[in-house]
Amino acid sequence: MDSATWEKIKDHPCFSEEAHHYFARMHVAVAPACNIQCNYCNRKYDCANESRPGVVSEKLTPDQALRKVVAVANEVPQLSVLGIAGPGDACYDWNKTRATFERVASEIPDIKLCISTNGLALPEHVDKLAEMNVSHVTITINMVDPAVGEKIYPWIFYGHRRYTGVDAAKILHEQQMLGLEMLTARGILTKINSVMIPGVNDLHLIEVNKWVKERGAFLHNVMPLISDPAHGTSFGLTGQRGPNALELKALHDRLEGGAKLMRHCRQCRADAVGLLGTDRGQEFTLDHVPLEPHYDGAKRQAYREVVARIRDDHLEAKEKAIATVASANIRGSLQVAVATKGGGRINEHFGHAKEFQVYEASQTGIKFVGHRKVEPYCHGGWGEDAALAGIIAALDGIDIVLCARIGDCPKERLMEAGIRATDTYGYDYIEAAISALHATEFGTAPSQATA
Amino acid sequence: MAFKIIASQCTQCGACEFECPSNAIELKGEKYVIDPKKCTECKGVFEIQQCASVCPMPKTCVPA
Repeated sequence: MDSATWEKIKDHPCFSEEAHHYFARMHVAVAPACNIQCNYCNRKYDCANESRPGVVSEKLTPDQALRKVVAVANEVPQLSVLGIAGPGDACYDWNKTRATFERVASEIPDIKLCISTNGLALPEHVDKLAEMNVSHVTITINMVDPAVGEKIYPWIFYGHRRYTGVDAAKILHEQQMLGLEMLTARGILTKINSVMIPGVNDLHLIEVNKWVKERGAFLHNVMPLISDPAHGTSFGLTGQRGPNALELKALHDRLEGGAKLMRHCRQCRADAVGLLGTDRGQEFTLDHVPLEPHYDGAKRQAYREVVARIRDDHLEAKEKAIATVASANIRGSLQVAVATKGGGRINEHFGHAKEFQVYEASQTGIKFVGHRKVEPYCHGGWGEDAALAGIIAALDGIDIVLCARIGDCPKERLMEAGIRATDTYGYDYIEAAISALHATEFGTAPSQATA
Repeated sequence: MAFKIIASQCTQCGACEFECPSNAIELKGEKYVIDPKKCTECKGVFEIQQCASVCPMPKTCVPA
């Protein structure tokens, strides 16, 4: 990666897997209006506990959004990116998007601006996005063939009328490709989000990956469809299922070598706040935010200085660990699940983990492959058996769990299910621990390097 | 004639407000309301009523 690109992504948690250990994003829900209907979306229902794109608890005016951003910037030192990602479309509900960005940029000049869009109204705003220094854009592209698109989009609203069927999908496709090409021409980094819908577009996404790579997309994020009848989406009601973790991984693996894949996405809410994988949104609802907060950048500044100091150390340890695993040249692979709160370290207790990050150690080194969401085992100090059963199911296929602390009881239950767990490497760098573990597992530690 | 919004089904996304060519729609308190005096059903401006056409909820923006 060239240094100019690294500068653009090094503090954007979504565009860089490495950065997501350090930096946080926030979304403001200022753009509720949308110009297309997707079969996986329903804007009518909200639940605070639901982590689903498009879902929000409160819609904000640009002035309210500014208040919220300043309050979060004062309190969350990791904050680096402000995004507008629904519940509607940031380019369609353009006046509110623009007003929000202009206000925030004048108050907090160093915050990165980012939008997520379906692409239909994107081409008409690309120049203004560039002018406002919007550095990152995500376009949701689920198809490059309108016959596939027809199954995903019941209608679009374009040029003052509603289109349906193949006509709708064709217009959307053309606008998406045009918008992507325009962004690439202006040097704005693009991420493509695709929803993997089994039987509808799963294999077609291989073709999508090729098209977007050719048009300069920086990153491709293939996410599983979230579908539940209780959400009231069209797909939820028709019984269209989402893929399981192994199906998603299989598609990710087939896409290797195309446009670079994003594997650390958490499919967050359109009003999420904090590091990926955590959502502090409920701490910053309008009734918790001062009426006229004054921006104080001290915490963010201090945090950035700390990250700048420790980051090289982490990168060095990480590269060394990866090289060690690769050079051991072992055929077998190790699936490792890690409990972490960020900073690139194993620093979360097993019972408090809301997710596990999954790494694979193999002949090619150490690769981050995804994450598994779970209900935490500990509620108010003691473990719950039902939660543990859910965690064991979610950790299907994992060899070893690494965490900061774990009790004997859950450890034994995991062992019975064939999953080992250890807190031996608590607070170590993730990759360094996996490398040490790999050496022990396969007997390749320098003193006994015979394998 | 005019259109009206069935408030109980409306998601308050506001798309109708900015698509309306007659400025007939505004958020009043907790709901979007169409002013029947201003609503022209888009006659002479667009072929299709813009509010009903852009509304994401079926049967929510309907003839009064």
